[in-house]
Amino acid sequence: MYITLSDRPTPVDGSSPGRRRSVAPVVVMLGLVSLVTDISSESVAAILPLYLTGVLGLSTISYGFIDALYQGVSALVRIGGGWAADRGGHPKWVAFVGYGLSAVARVFLLFTTGLAAISAVISADRIGKGLRTAPRDAMISAATPPERLGTAFGVHRTLDTIGATIGPLLAFLILWWIPDGYLTVMVVSLGFAVLGVALLGLLVPDRPGLERAPEVRAAPVRWRDVLQPGLLRLLVVAGALGLLTVGDGFLYLALLDRGGFAAHWFPLLYVGTNIAYLSLAVPVGRLADRVGKARVFIGGHVALLLSYVAVVASWAPSVSAVAALLLLGTFYAATDGVIAALAGRLVPESVRASGIASAQTVVAVARMLSSAAFGVLWFAVGPRAALVAVGVVLLIALPVAAHATLRLDRTAAGAR
Amino acid sequence: MSQRARIVAFAAVTFVVVATTTAYAVGAATSYRERHEASPSVEVADPGPEAATGPRIVFRHTGVDGEYGLVATVPLDDPGGPRSFTDVACDRVDATATAASCLRIERGVVTAYSLTEYTSDWTKLQQVAVPGIPSRTRLSPDGTEVATTTFVSGHTYMQVGFSTATEIRDVGGDGHGNLEKFDLVIHGRSVEPRDRNIWGVTFADDDTFYATVGTGGETYLVKGDLAARTLTSVADHVECPSLSPDGTRIGFKQQSERDGRTWWTPAVLDLATGDRTVLAGETRNVDDQVEWLDDDTLLYGVPRDDEPGVSDVWELDTRPAAKPALLIEQASSPAVVR
Repeated sequence: MYITLSDRPTPVDGSSPGRRRSVAPVVVMLGLVSLVTDISSESVAAILPLYLTGVLGLSTISYGFIDALYQGVSALVRIGGGWAADRGGHPKWVAFVGYGLSAVARVFLLFTTGLAAISAVISADRIGKGLRTAPRDAMISAATPPERLGTAFGVHRTLDTIGATIGPLLAFLILWWIPDGYLTVMVVSLGFAVLGVALLGLLVPDRPGLERAPEVRAAPVRWRDVLQPGLLRLLVVAGALGLLTVGDGFLYLALLDRGGFAAHWFPLLYVGTNIAYLSLAVPVGRLADRVGKARVFIGGHVALLLSYVAVVASWAPSVSAVAALLLLGTFYAATDGVIAALAGRLVPESVRASGIASAQTVVAVARMLSSAAFGVLWFAVGPRAALVAVGVVLLIALPVAAHATLRLDRTAAGAR
Repeated sequence: MSQRARIVAFAAVTFVVVATTTAYAVGAATSYRERHEASPSVEVADPGPEAATGPRIVFRHTGVDGEYGLVATVPLDDPGGPRSFTDVACDRVDATATAASCLRIERGVVTAYSLTEYTSDWTKLQQVAVPGIPSRTRLSPDGTEVATTTFVSGHTYMQVGFSTATEIRDVGGDGHGNLEKFDLVIHGRSVEPRDRNIWGVTFADDDTFYATVGTGGETYLVKGDLAARTLTSVADHVECPSLSPDGTRIGFKQQSERDGRTWWTPAVLDLATGDRTVLAGETRNVDDQVEWLDDDTLLYGVPRDDEPGVSDVWELDTRPAAKPALLIEQASSPAVVR
C-alpha cells in the first residue's frame, strides 16, 4: 500500500517539471478503482472450484474449455470499448459501463446455482472487463506526460495486483470464519464491485490531464489513424511474442508435474507471482521511462524465457519454483502496463483508446491461441519437451523482435 | 454535482456498502454458529468402545449441526440406528479393520488439502499434503496401501481446466508417485498419451488394484500392478470402479447425457464375462465411487437438492430393476468394515 504514499498524487498542470516522481491523481484513483474491482472478481474466482465441486456437487469436467470461447468474446468487446471511447470522447463512461456490467453480474451470481447460469454470469463479468480496459488505459495515458508513462502504468498495475492478491486471501479468510460462507463471499464481492463503480462514477474526472481538448468531440474513428506504421510494427511483434507465451497456469502445472515443493504449495503459486509483479511494477515502469518502453518490453520476454528455463532445469524443486515465480512476476511487470504505455503513444491522441485496445486484443488473442496450441503440445510430448520447444523458438524470435522494435521508443516520443 | 457533493455521495455509498455487507457476514456467521451448535437431529449412540470394533459402516456425517463433517460409524447390522461419532473431521473417508484414510480441506488464510492416515482407533499415523480438492480415497483390504484422487485446478477459472492427481502411498510410509507415471497398456498396446487422467482407485489386494484412465475423450478400466508399476486396460467406458468383496464384479458409474449435462448411473461389470448391467432403477445423477455393502448391494452418497452440503447414503440391489432405498440419512463417503 506504500505506493499511494510515496507516489503521493499531486496535480499535474502540464507545466510541472518532468523530474518530479509523481503520477497524476486520476492514475491513483483509477488504480484504486481497479484494486477494489479486482478484490471483487478474484475473491469469487478463487472459491469457484470449491463451490462448484463441494456445494453444487458438479463434476469438474470440461469447465475450463467452454471458457476459451468467452475469452474470445472478451477480446472482441475490448476493441469495441476502445472504439466507443474514441468515438464518443468520453472514455470514463465507457469504462463505467464495463465496471457496471461486472457489478450487475455479481448480483445475479447471488441467485444462480446451475453451471450454465454461473458460466453466463461469469462471461458477462468478463465482457465488462474487456469493455473497460482500453478506455481506462487511455485515460491514464492522457493524464501523464510521456516521460512518466511507464511509472504511471506501474503505479496503476501495482494497485490492480494488490487487489488481485487480497481478493483470494479475503475469500479464504471468510470461509475460515464461516465454513459454508460462499454466499457471504459473493455478497462481499458485490460490495467491492459497487465501491469500484461508485469511486469511478463519482470521483474520477471524465477528461482529466494534460491534453485538454478545446471541446468534447464526437469524431468518427478512422482505422487508418489507428494503424500507424509504428503501432502495426508493435502489433506484429507483440502478437508473435504472445504466441510464444505459455500461460502461467501451464507453468504451475509443469512445476506440479515435477513434484516435491510445488505439489505442496500448488494452491499458493499464484500468490508468489502476484507479489513479485506488484513489487516490481513501479521500479520496472521507472526503468521503462529511463531506458525505453520497447526495450523493457523485450526484456520482459527475456524474463519469460528464463522462467521456462527455471521450470525445465534440474534444480531443486524449491529453487525452480521460486525462480520461476519471480521471473513470471518480472515478465508481467515489464509487459502488461508497458505495452499500453507504448501503444497509447504510437497513435494520434484522437484514437488512443483504439490503439491501446488493438495492442491488448492482439496480445490476448495470441495468448489464447498459444494456450490451445501449448495444451496440444503438452499432451503430445510432455511438459518438459513442450517448454523446451517453445523456449527455443522464443530464443530465436527475441533478437528479431528486439531489432524490429528498436526505433519504436523514438517513434513514440515523436508522436506526441 | 459539485466536487464536495460527490465526495459526500461516495462516503454515503461506502457507508451503506460496508454496513450492509458487514451485517450480512455477521448474520451468516451467527446463523452458522447456531446451526452448528445444535444437536444432531438423528439418533446418537451412547459412547462406547464396541462401536469402533465390530462390523460397521464408517461415513462422514453431513447433518448441519455440531457434528457436521465428523466421521461417524453405525453397526453393520443396524445401519439406520444410532450413530457413534469420532472427533475426526474428513471430507472423504475410507476405513478397514486396521486403518483409516481421511482427505481434508485445510481451511485457513490460504486453503490447502491433506491426506491423514489413522489406525483403526483413530490414532494419527501421518499427514501429507495433496495437490487439490479431495475427490476419492480408498485403502487396500489389509490396510497397508492408500489411494487418493484430487482435483487440481489452475488458480483462477481463466486458466487451465481441471485435471486429476491420483497417487498411492504405503500407509505410514512413502508414496509411489502419481499413477500417470506408471506404464500404460491400452488394448494390448503400450501407449504414452500425455492427456491421460487417472481417477478412482479400488484395491484387490496390497499390490493389485483397478482404476479409471481417461484419454482422448474415452475412459478405460485398467488393472494396476503396484510393484511392476503398470496399468493394463481390461474394459472400456468404466468410471470410478469399485471391486466387490468377492472380487468378481466391478461397480462403477455409467456415463450418459441428459439435458446437455453429464449424467451418471450406477452399473455393474462382471469381470469374468464382461457383462454389464446398468442399474436404471436409480434415476438420479450419482456422482460417487460406489461402495459394496455385500456381494449384491451397492452404497453411494446422493446430495439433497434443497439442502446444500447435506447428503444421504442410499443402497441399491444389483438386480437390474431394483429401486434405491435410503440406508443412512445425513451421511456421505460410506466405507464398510467387515
